[in-house]
Amino acid sequence: MSRIFLPLEAYRPVETSYELLPFRFTRFTGDRELLVNETGEYLFAPAGTVAKLVDRKVVFGSPLYSSLKAKQFIYDSSSSPNLDLLATKYRTKYAFLDGATKLHIFVVTLRCDHSCHYCQVSRQTASHLEYDMSTSTADRSLVMMMDSPGKDLTLELQGGEAMLAFDMVKYIVGNAQKLASQRQKNLDIVLTTNLANVTDDILAFLKEKRIKISTSLDGPAFIHNANRPRPGNNSHELVLRNIERCRDVLGFGQVAALMTTTQLSLKHPIEIIDEYVQQSFHSVFLRPISPYGFAIRTRRKTGYQMRAFLDFYKKGLAHILDINRRGYHLVEVYTKILLTKILTPHGTGFVDLQSPAGAGWNVLVYNYDGDVYVSDESRMLAEMNDFTFRLGNVHKHSRRDILTSEAFLEVQQASCNQSLPGCSDCAYQTYCGSDPIFNHATQGDSFGFRPTSAFCERNMEVIRCLFEMIGKNDPDTMRIFWSWLTDRNVSETAKEMRV
Amino acid sequence: MKLTTAGVASGFDKAVVGIAATSPVPPSERSKHIWVGTVPPDDVAGYRGIITISDSAAQSGSPHVHKVREIDHISDGDIVVMEPGSGFVRSLYRPADKHNSIFATERCNSNCLMCSQPPKDRDDIEELSERNLELVRLINPPPAYLTITGGEPTLLGDRLLTLISALGKRMPDTAIHMLTNGRKFAWTSFAHQFAAVNHPNLSLGIPLYSDIANDHDFVVQAKDAFDQTIMGLHQLARWGQRIEIRVVLHAKTIERLPELAEFIYRNLTFVEHVALMGLENIGYAPKNMGVLWIDPNEYQDKLHEAVLILRQRGMNVSIYNHQLCVLKPDLWKYAKKSISDWKNIYIDKCDDCEVQDDCGGFFKWATKLHSAHIHPMKRDNARQ
Repeated sequence: MSRIFLPLEAYRPVETSYELLPFRFTRFTGDRELLVNETGEYLFAPAGTVAKLVDRKVVFGSPLYSSLKAKQFIYDSSSSPNLDLLATKYRTKYAFLDGATKLHIFVVTLRCDHSCHYCQVSRQTASHLEYDMSTSTADRSLVMMMDSPGKDLTLELQGGEAMLAFDMVKYIVGNAQKLASQRQKNLDIVLTTNLANVTDDILAFLKEKRIKISTSLDGPAFIHNANRPRPGNNSHELVLRNIERCRDVLGFGQVAALMTTTQLSLKHPIEIIDEYVQQSFHSVFLRPISPYGFAIRTRRKTGYQMRAFLDFYKKGLAHILDINRRGYHLVEVYTKILLTKILTPHGTGFVDLQSPAGAGWNVLVYNYDGDVYVSDESRMLAEMNDFTFRLGNVHKHSRRDILTSEAFLEVQQASCNQSLPGCSDCAYQTYCGSDPIFNHATQGDSFGFRPTSAFCERNMEVIRCLFEMIGKNDPDTMRIFWSWLTDRNVSETAKEMRV
Repeated sequence: MKLTTAGVASGFDKAVVGIAATSPVPPSERSKHIWVGTVPPDDVAGYRGIITISDSAAQSGSPHVHKVREIDHISDGDIVVMEPGSGFVRSLYRPADKHNSIFATERCNSNCLMCSQPPKDRDDIEELSERNLELVRLINPPPAYLTITGGEPTLLGDRLLTLISALGKRMPDTAIHMLTNGRKFAWTSFAHQFAAVNHPNLSLGIPLYSDIANDHDFVVQAKDAFDQTIMGLHQLARWGQRIEIRVVLHAKTIERLPELAEFIYRNLTFVEHVALMGLENIGYAPKNMGVLWIDPNEYQDKLHEAVLILRQRGMNVSIYNHQLCVLKPDLWKYAKKSISDWKNIYIDKCDDCEVQDDCGGFFKWATKLHSAHIHPMKRDNARQ
């Protein structure tokens, strides 16, 4: 080898002009522009940057040029592996498409002992056995589920209140596990329940079969009981007592709780979040109400404008960050999902915010009567006599029939935000999703109209708000976000990453 | 510490590798041993070779290096090689040291501005490969870890696969860390063959100096090196190899260090460790110090930002070859005592320092050039 060293210039590409890779952008507060590429890499830059970039006026070797190249917004004659890197990241972000239908929701019964105002499911009173799933429907549904190509499947059992038809739950679980082992599938089972009817026998069964619990906790008693009426008005007391019983028997991490935001809830973000901390939960999901089922009929009682929800979300998130700053690990689930999309190279398995939409492709719902829907929400539309998204029936159709049905294609056509008007050039498209069923329910059309869409309003504002925080780069906030993203306790990261 | 000596070679024309015996060994075990002593023993029969200070010429036909300048640095049990012609005697392996390495070749396909061990364009591959295979046969008991270095080990081609395979079979519990520029792994077939050796305990240390191709290529003085290394890293990941990224910190790598950290997380998420290393003032480095030198004191903010980026993202990171008194206290817990015993020193200013025991100190060749901010520390500032 020689001891002659060449200067930096000798390693420049011969051709220093550049080409653009796909990216989207938006004006941002503080006289900035935000650029986002296909895999979610972003760059804050001074206003005017995009125009300069497009006019090929960014100078080779400048810090801006280097960042644009390293983040794969542009390529030049020395970028060959950069395109491979981009492709790898793209594949990673879209890994959720592998395996097609992974979440299979079984509506075991429509019977329920609660009469929640916002109920997504059309409940029947506890005595109507004709609203239970039959063994033959369960058998046919399980066959269709196991015909899905994926190796990892989730079976979610819900109602009504599934525990009221627990013999059917046992029947489905037993057969599902048998079939899964025959077909060499990994099977996760989740039981969605209000927990009011749990018994020792039920708990023993759930433990034996390693079934996870997903329950509802809407906040402290005055909110929870108002949102979730039942005879005796004791839903809150029952759910708290039984969450503890489940934790004792099944294990602490086997029990998750979700909240739904009603008009009453909107005024009490702090109290709701504090209730989650009080009950030792480490995550809370600030979820708006869905415009389906009883929620539509009882709109005056439960409905509200998206703006009011966003206000609730922001107050809630600020409070959650405070709680984390004080050393208690508490994740806001939706924020974590979006931050995963923004700050990491990983994808998420969250079916309600993805493109192509999860409905149909990643989720199927098997109703008690054998009808198959693309999502729980589309089943609710059917209960309101809108059968747009009914794909078929397990007694008459195969998985192939279902996935080539007119209804399925209707959903798929409108399921890619990459090609939806108003989404195709949106800076936040990569992080967002599409929801044809929501569009249909609220705007009468699967494609939807973005300027008046509550889905769009919510996600645009939540994502903008998160970028505002990311742009500020407050060390404490970022430390908390990263502890969520890497599943490390905030108190641990506080010690490790002192700044 | 000395690792080489020389004398007058006679009685052999191929390098002889053996275990140093400083006291007589029973005849049945002599075939693996090389006698090392002031004078030859009375009975030399059966030794693989003889190394002596004395002027006595070979009494037998066995390989012999006499009139060596010194032997005190060779301990009983060390593995040494006697080289024909030159009469060099090199210590290849010292059981008493924690840091031992297998030197694969002096050749390299890069020519880094700061190379601590400048490559030589001499075809030593066959010779060194045979020597190293014999070394592997002789090491007993196996050490906890062993480094393969060079030059660029991947230039060995198939011979590297043979070496790694031998290490895997003879000492499966020894952690092997191979330092390579990773370029050759860009060729899928080589990466696949390498992974197919299936060594149970192997990791690769691969340098990456920038998130920008031409900046990296300039540092390693090789066109397309960045492309090959990046593609090599992805091939290795594809075949499940364990990887450490190594970044030598100097004026040409420090500017975009935080951006490099983010690039590693976004594009090389699979790496299990990132080592941020201080510059060694040896090899090519002194010659290029004009372009390379930056006082570590001046880059603390960049270093801190890069460490924070990696740690926040849950990546393992260590700082090598830095003295605690120039590092921000927040970074102390990432500083490792990384310098091998024999090249590790402290300077006069360190005498009054209360945290010297926790400090990695200097390379012995840092006496001429080191941070202007070296100063004794009080224990109060020590690791919290």
